[in-house]
Amino acid sequence: MSNNEQHKAAYVEEAYELLSALETSLLELEDNLEDMEIVGTIFRALHTIKGSGSMFGFDDIASFTHDIENIFDKVRNGEMSVTKELIDLTLSAGDHIKLLLDEPELADKQMAGDIIASLKALSPKTIVLHEVKTSPAPPQSVENALEEDVTYRIRFRPPLDIFIRGINPIHLINELHLLGDCRITAQTDAIPQIVDINPEHCYTYWDIILTTSMGVNAIKDVFIFIVDDCELDIDSIAGGNNLDEEAIQNKLQDVFASQGYVSQEDWQEISGPHKRIGDILLERKDISKEDLQKSLDGQKPIGEILVDSGRIDSGKVESALAEQQHVRSSLKKKGKAGLSSSSIRVSSDKLDNLVNLVGELVTVQARLTQTSASRNDPELFLISEEVERLTEELRDNTMSVRMVPIGTMYSKFKRLVRDLSDEMGKEVQMSTEGSDTELDKTVIEKLNDPMVHLIRNSIDHGIESPDVRRSLGKPEEGTLNLTARHSGANVVIEINDDGAGLDPEAIRGKAVEKGLIEQNAELSEKEIFALILAPGFSTAKKITSVSGRGVGMDVVKRNIEAVRGSIDIESHKGTGTTITLSLPLTLAIIDGLLVKVGEEMFVVPLSLVKECVELTGEDISNAHGRQISNVRGEIVPYINLREKFSIYGGKPDIEQIVITNVNGQRVGFVVDHVIGEHQTVIKSLGRVYKDIEGVSGATILGDGTVALIIDVSKLLQSERSLLAGNSNN
Amino acid sequence: MSIAEIEESTGHLTFKLDQELFAIDISKVREVLEYTTVTKVPQTPEFMCGVINLRGGVVPVVDLRRKFSMSAAEKTVNTCIIIVEVLLDGVITVLGALADSVQEVHEFEADQIEPAPKIGTKLNTDFIKGMGKRDDQFIMILDIDKVFSIDELVIVKQTEECSAANKPEGTTK
Repeated sequence: MSNNEQHKAAYVEEAYELLSALETSLLELEDNLEDMEIVGTIFRALHTIKGSGSMFGFDDIASFTHDIENIFDKVRNGEMSVTKELIDLTLSAGDHIKLLLDEPELADKQMAGDIIASLKALSPKTIVLHEVKTSPAPPQSVENALEEDVTYRIRFRPPLDIFIRGINPIHLINELHLLGDCRITAQTDAIPQIVDINPEHCYTYWDIILTTSMGVNAIKDVFIFIVDDCELDIDSIAGGNNLDEEAIQNKLQDVFASQGYVSQEDWQEISGPHKRIGDILLERKDISKEDLQKSLDGQKPIGEILVDSGRIDSGKVESALAEQQHVRSSLKKKGKAGLSSSSIRVSSDKLDNLVNLVGELVTVQARLTQTSASRNDPELFLISEEVERLTEELRDNTMSVRMVPIGTMYSKFKRLVRDLSDEMGKEVQMSTEGSDTELDKTVIEKLNDPMVHLIRNSIDHGIESPDVRRSLGKPEEGTLNLTARHSGANVVIEINDDGAGLDPEAIRGKAVEKGLIEQNAELSEKEIFALILAPGFSTAKKITSVSGRGVGMDVVKRNIEAVRGSIDIESHKGTGTTITLSLPLTLAIIDGLLVKVGEEMFVVPLSLVKECVELTGEDISNAHGRQISNVRGEIVPYINLREKFSIYGGKPDIEQIVITNVNGQRVGFVVDHVIGEHQTVIKSLGRVYKDIEGVSGATILGDGTVALIIDVSKLLQSERSLLAGNSNN
Repeated sequence: MSIAEIEESTGHLTFKLDQELFAIDISKVREVLEYTTVTKVPQTPEFMCGVINLRGGVVPVVDLRRKFSMSAAEKTVNTCIIIVEVLLDGVITVLGALADSVQEVHEFEADQIEPAPKIGTKLNTDFIKGMGKRDDQFIMILDIDKVFSIDELVIVKQTEECSAANKPEGTTK
């Protein structure tokens, strides 16, 4: 029983993945209506959802998906063309399946019926009967290796006038791709001299090596419309497991013979195509084994010989070689699949546990290092160094396990952009870059909501409607660009649109009206843009269902800061906005700089630290009470941590300023001593301290005491609001 | 109601703050630690001592003396941290409570318990489940969930805001 539950849970998980793959494929298909490969992917996803669904008792899903699958079977067979309606309907069908998975009792039978009815309405009626005929062919499952694959050699020579009949041979060949792994060689030897070429004729013909489980009829179906007029030869060359590596090597000769490239009568005579000529000669006792071996040793590959002797052209040899390689690689693939799958599914709880344990190990290791340094025992020191190295490696490996490419998130946004732009009557083209940039799973999860918000904002407020864009001389279709890249210990995500941009004056006016800034406050453009992140701020003139309530951006900011990230806004009125999110690679362990104030230890995230300089009493008196230091001629304001955190005790004569760079701004923090680098395992301070400003967490030091991690950007902010408060008084 | 709870409980851990005896339900207590270094978290009210390292975890510690508006005391060998598990907003949270000394685990008999007095104690009477009596000494049986309740957290927040608001005067001096 529990086993069954487990299977069901596994199915639900798999189904979610398939649905998101389905969605991605559908959206790709929308850009590329003719791409049969994508249709195949969609079909397979649907098929698997259906198949496993009925296996685990999700009958509603199975029967619903079955109908959609049938539709796509038709599309796949070229009986139906892909239209936007079809994609729309399939997307909503996908949503319906999701609903069936989530809350089957809520699912509306009526809606399912509607979707199916509309889908069926799209398909031409005459084909409904035909469908029954084609569906019994065992549809491909995702794991090809599980079924018996057969390799076919196909020669397809279309009639010269194929173009005039309105058939594109490329489409037919692409359809073959859907059936399975396939290798295509174009044969160009029939192309006449350029003077003789009739541009409306197709002179090229193709040799295709296809490994499929679909059977020869499926291949014939592809060519069904022109089968009577074209030259179509389909031979099976390798089936199942009855071929080994060596046999394939030796088959090259057969390939030539049976393809008719080498039309020597001798080869024709040979009864079975599976025997080597040498073997046959041996059998006939025409030659001794030694003699054969000798002459074989001195032989060039048969392909070369044939080309050299001018019997065939190199294109043909290429085709034969392609066949050889194909069969070889498909056998290899089979072997691999037999060994073991390359990945396993692990629940994220287990991973979190592992990360916690590694975190504790890092803490203990820090203690060991500290102890060994104080013991002055070379042997112990050696061991602790070894442990340090291993721990670091273990830490990096464990962290990399949790890394997920950001592309998984992108595909979700594609759907969002599509739906939103439809809803608002805008045309938006979304492009993504750096989708293989990896980020910690938890960061990605927490990033989702803010990203959705930013994208909504871009489409709602940023990108103008097509009419407006036209009148402004911009292309009607707006572009939304998502870029992700690594930058040091951070990942930088940019959301860029070519919409209206932000209006600094409007923001300013609104901020004054809301009492966020003084009427005559002098603010840089950057500071003005940062105002839109303040709570309750919205310049949108009307409130739409998607955005404009002014709750968005401050939530975005809070969410981003919760994962220790920062936001930067850049915008030019009329040309667009770029919002840059800078995020840490991981949340669990960071490199920190350990500093001391009084008796308290603090950690400053090392990624933010630029340099450390000394602050002498002289410097302070020179500054005349202002908290500003002069670093190589540059003015850097600083915050005194001792004052800020009300730490008692005398300060040393020479203090240190740790200079950090937050959102492009240099700010120093005055501390008593800089201790050094520290691998910081981040511990949450818990619910009790969740509203504390200026501290983002804690870490445990080598001696077992707790040090607090300084939240640089928050400290800066509270300092700023304090200053603002003071100037008001 | 609460007295019935007290009777049902297998025992109560008694501890001292100043000269007064207090007790908490033993099922809420996870362990008792010796006093270790507590790291103060800046900009928090006085009664929030700070955080300690509990075998790799960070646990907040509350100074019960300050919380109950008693005077601060020197740390002695007897000073200890009682690690309790409380329900904070529906989530079990581990907290430390700083006490002058722990006494014993005591089982109260029915006739040893009286309802909490409405007046006459320094504490908020909500915190007290009942009054236990032993050898002519009163023991205040605390409702630890209430002492560390989410409402008390709100007070934490408010005091924070107060201290933040007071801050400018401090720093601009």
